[in-house]
Amino acid sequence: MEHVADPLVKKPSVLRSQSETIGFVIMTAALVVAPFVTYPLFLMQAMCFALFACAFNLLIGYVGLLSFGHALYFGWASYLSAYSAKAWGFPPELAILTGTATAALCGLVAGSLAIRRQGIYFAMITLALAQMMYFFALQAKFTGGEDGIQAVPRGVLFGLINLKNEMSMYAVVLVIFLGGFMFIYRIIHSPFGEVLKAIRENEARAISLGYKTDRYKLVAFVLSATLAGVAGATKAIVLQLASLTDVNWPMSGEVVLMTLVGGLGTIFGPVVGAFAILVMQFKLAPIGEWVLVIQGAIFVSCVLLFRRGVIGEIANKLHIRL
Amino acid sequence: MFEIFGIPSTALFGQLLIGLINGSFYALLSLGLAVIFGMLNIINFSHGAQYMMGAFTAYLILKYSGLGYWPALIIAPIIVGFTGIIVERLFLQRLYKLDHLYGLLLTFGLALIFEGVARNYFGSAGLPYTVPESLRGGQNLGFMFLPNYRAWVIAASLVICIGTWFVIERTRLGAYLRAATENPTLVRAFGINVPRMITLTYGFGVSLAAFAGVMAAPIYNVSPQMGSELIIVVFAVVVIGGMGSILGAIVTGFGLGVVEGLTKVFFPEASNTVVFVIMAIVLLVRPAGLFGRRA
Amino acid sequence: MRKALGLAAFAAVLACGAANAQQVNVKIGVLSDMSSLYADIGGPGSVAAAKMAIADFTKDNPNVKVEMIAGDHQNKPDIGSQIANQWYDVDKVDMIIDVPNSGVALAVSQVANQKNKVFIVSGAAASDLTGPKCNANTIHWTYDTWMLANGTGTAIVKTGGDTWFFLTSDYAFGHALERDTIAAVEKAGGKVLGKVRHPLNTNDFSSFLLQAQSSKAKVIGLANAGGDTINSIKQAAEFGIVKGGQSLAGLLVFASDVAALGLPTAQGLILTETWYWDMNDTNRAWTKRWQQERQGKWPTMIHAGVYAGVLHYLKAAVALKGNVSDGKTVVAQMKSMPTDDPLFGKGTIRADGRKIHPAYLLEVKKPEESKHPGDFYRVRATIPTEEAFRPLKEGNCPLVSG
Repeated sequence: MEHVADPLVKKPSVLRSQSETIGFVIMTAALVVAPFVTYPLFLMQAMCFALFACAFNLLIGYVGLLSFGHALYFGWASYLSAYSAKAWGFPPELAILTGTATAALCGLVAGSLAIRRQGIYFAMITLALAQMMYFFALQAKFTGGEDGIQAVPRGVLFGLINLKNEMSMYAVVLVIFLGGFMFIYRIIHSPFGEVLKAIRENEARAISLGYKTDRYKLVAFVLSATLAGVAGATKAIVLQLASLTDVNWPMSGEVVLMTLVGGLGTIFGPVVGAFAILVMQFKLAPIGEWVLVIQGAIFVSCVLLFRRGVIGEIANKLHIRL
Repeated sequence: MFEIFGIPSTALFGQLLIGLINGSFYALLSLGLAVIFGMLNIINFSHGAQYMMGAFTAYLILKYSGLGYWPALIIAPIIVGFTGIIVERLFLQRLYKLDHLYGLLLTFGLALIFEGVARNYFGSAGLPYTVPESLRGGQNLGFMFLPNYRAWVIAASLVICIGTWFVIERTRLGAYLRAATENPTLVRAFGINVPRMITLTYGFGVSLAAFAGVMAAPIYNVSPQMGSELIIVVFAVVVIGGMGSILGAIVTGFGLGVVEGLTKVFFPEASNTVVFVIMAIVLLVRPAGLFGRRA
Repeated sequence: MRKALGLAAFAAVLACGAANAQQVNVKIGVLSDMSSLYADIGGPGSVAAAKMAIADFTKDNPNVKVEMIAGDHQNKPDIGSQIANQWYDVDKVDMIIDVPNSGVALAVSQVANQKNKVFIVSGAAASDLTGPKCNANTIHWTYDTWMLANGTGTAIVKTGGDTWFFLTSDYAFGHALERDTIAAVEKAGGKVLGKVRHPLNTNDFSSFLLQAQSSKAKVIGLANAGGDTINSIKQAAEFGIVKGGQSLAGLLVFASDVAALGLPTAQGLILTETWYWDMNDTNRAWTKRWQQERQGKWPTMIHAGVYAGVLHYLKAAVALKGNVSDGKTVVAQMKSMPTDDPLFGKGTIRADGRKIHPAYLLEVKKPEESKHPGDFYRVRATIPTEEAFRPLKEGNCPLVSG
């Protein structure tokens, strides 16, 4: 039986959609107001990572599969988006689509290999596959190796919106983020999502009920990879740079950390976690290497003491679903 | 000097030998991982960091007490193994009742802490550690120049690996260990202190990593990220060999080192990824690994 | 009447005084590799050099106030460009200086161009910065790969090293250095037998050195820097490469590398630099001051370049009366003013952003020849300014017409 949701978590009461809707409204309002108060570039980056974390959470929180190599999809989508925009002159919407398609394809191949095993083996396989693709990125000419793909043009969206304007870019990223977020929400609260949760709880029982669990797991995997790809492809356009950092295993580790801190298996957890970790990295940048230590310490304390994460703890205390 | 498939024999045998050296480290590290996984069912992600700690401990021992390589080879694994015991007692014990993935996440977090602290105090460039006097120089074998130290690495790893395998598979202590893996409650009923065995096993696995670290210090330079660069390849080795198999870890470790060396000669661009490609193939054909038991 | 004249005179004096005391406020960011393989050739030493420049300049110009911050790009272009973005946008930095690591420098150069601020490269080497990737906001001080290739490469071919094998660091700097050196070697009549690329910050060069050995080339060109060069040279000694008759060409070697290697290992290395601490009394005095902040270390030409670059920038800022918000104007000003600083002497900055000055062909002394700590080099030749750097027309820089 493989699932990571803590058996001690009390099942929330029936008021399901209300708390989540309120949460969604608050989150959207905050994100609309924020660029007037904080550095927009930072916020856009945070939203990309939040979407990445939400995509990752789809697998671990709702299917119970720990993908330890999710940077593969994020990073390769970033590369293809950057390359198609720069070298092939794609407009931003096509570039992001190209990146996303790449991630989906990688997800399909990696997923079919990894699904054959479960639990820890699954995690190790995803990690090893991601590392293989890291080395491939290191060697391939078009990725620019250590230098990455630089000077990616922001371009003009749909031939209308000039993305060099920070606020226009921000609006586009906000729409992409909210779209991805709502898509994940729909997946979770759909019949398909219920089967996924059933697989998480007790895969043997799901099989005995007649569900082809491998197929469901693969579809979930591909969806998760694709959404991670959307995040990566968007990030490449926003920051105008795609580099090895995006495909390397510390990036995979970071998305796990973000989700863990925010709350596995909650819908807002990854968003909160992503913002929290990015703010921490930002603020602590002057003291450089301590960031790594602090991230490790947060990991350890979350695993030992705060398995539900920030949002998970709040949701548990208030008996609501978040 | 003759040619094989168009490659001069010098290059071929030279790379094979280097592959064997790399394989020694793969074997030692995957042995430690296999021992820990077999006993605790935990993937020790901090294995790479503990390997790095072994190298740093040797460096610090030299710096502050003047004791060189040979004492460090014994002292460093003991010190790092001891920290492993503390980690097991303090953290890992609490996670045995939970899903195994938590153990992976915890040791991952510990790895970040160890690497971050090392980076803070020592920077991320490599620190020098000289080859011990008695092992300097080399032999001109005709087809390549083999530094004595690297020959020692191969020999020492073989001895340790075979020794560990022997203890686990052929001695009574090893029998207790294997029994405790299969059915801890029953073994406890026989009066054997299973929790203590688990703690000591973890400590032993960690000290194996540290031992590899001390051996690596003179050739690979002592740097905080030396472990993280290596650990993922070692994970792939363990998956190929079969997660709980001691023999699998040793054979696959040496074997893959040689394969990597060969790839460097015939197809250098693929040398980094060949281990992972093999892993993908093995998973398709034999999901339990080459020497693994259950599918 | 006398009162009115007196008042007018007083007002005139006040007006003159106000014009002289034009307040100039600038903010400088030193972006370098603070903790990894380039930390000794740039890093905290560059911060020290910048501090010295600021102190020296404001001593003579009390109306100038300079704020300085420092950052670590960790050799990652995304981190470097993130910091540059934030410094220029949020922290109101006017000028960024140093950046050893050509990949990062190229990224930061783009950011400076986009935000229309100033970027002075002292640490990075890729000649592309004043070539195809040049822009009106970037100035390249100290050295570049073309200078290294034509200094060291040509000299070694002339002494008989006519077959080469390259061990190259696999990123922008290594590629540029390899490319420029191959061109120089072939121009001088030499031949390239092969090359191999290694990742940045590699620890184990054994398999690469083995390939170099089996190529039987007379010269193994090390197109890498910092910690990578140190490790390549050390491990080459371990594998008996020099004993076997091949020689090593350190295409980019700094005084700090020689200090780390020690003279017994480094002796005989031929290299090209544009500044050496022990060449004259001014340099020695400067080095003594620098070493107060960096005990036990030796300054490199990169540190000297940071010092000189900051000085020249501040001179331009004063000439513009403190209007430094338009980067292109400031850089144009810096190009129009001839440079003159204690370390590099008189010189100019060309239209493509290249600062030109003489280069020196140096050889590492044997241990017996070294008379005092830090006595590393023998000056074999001086390459005059006109020959040291790539001719202006050959660079393919869009800013240079014709």
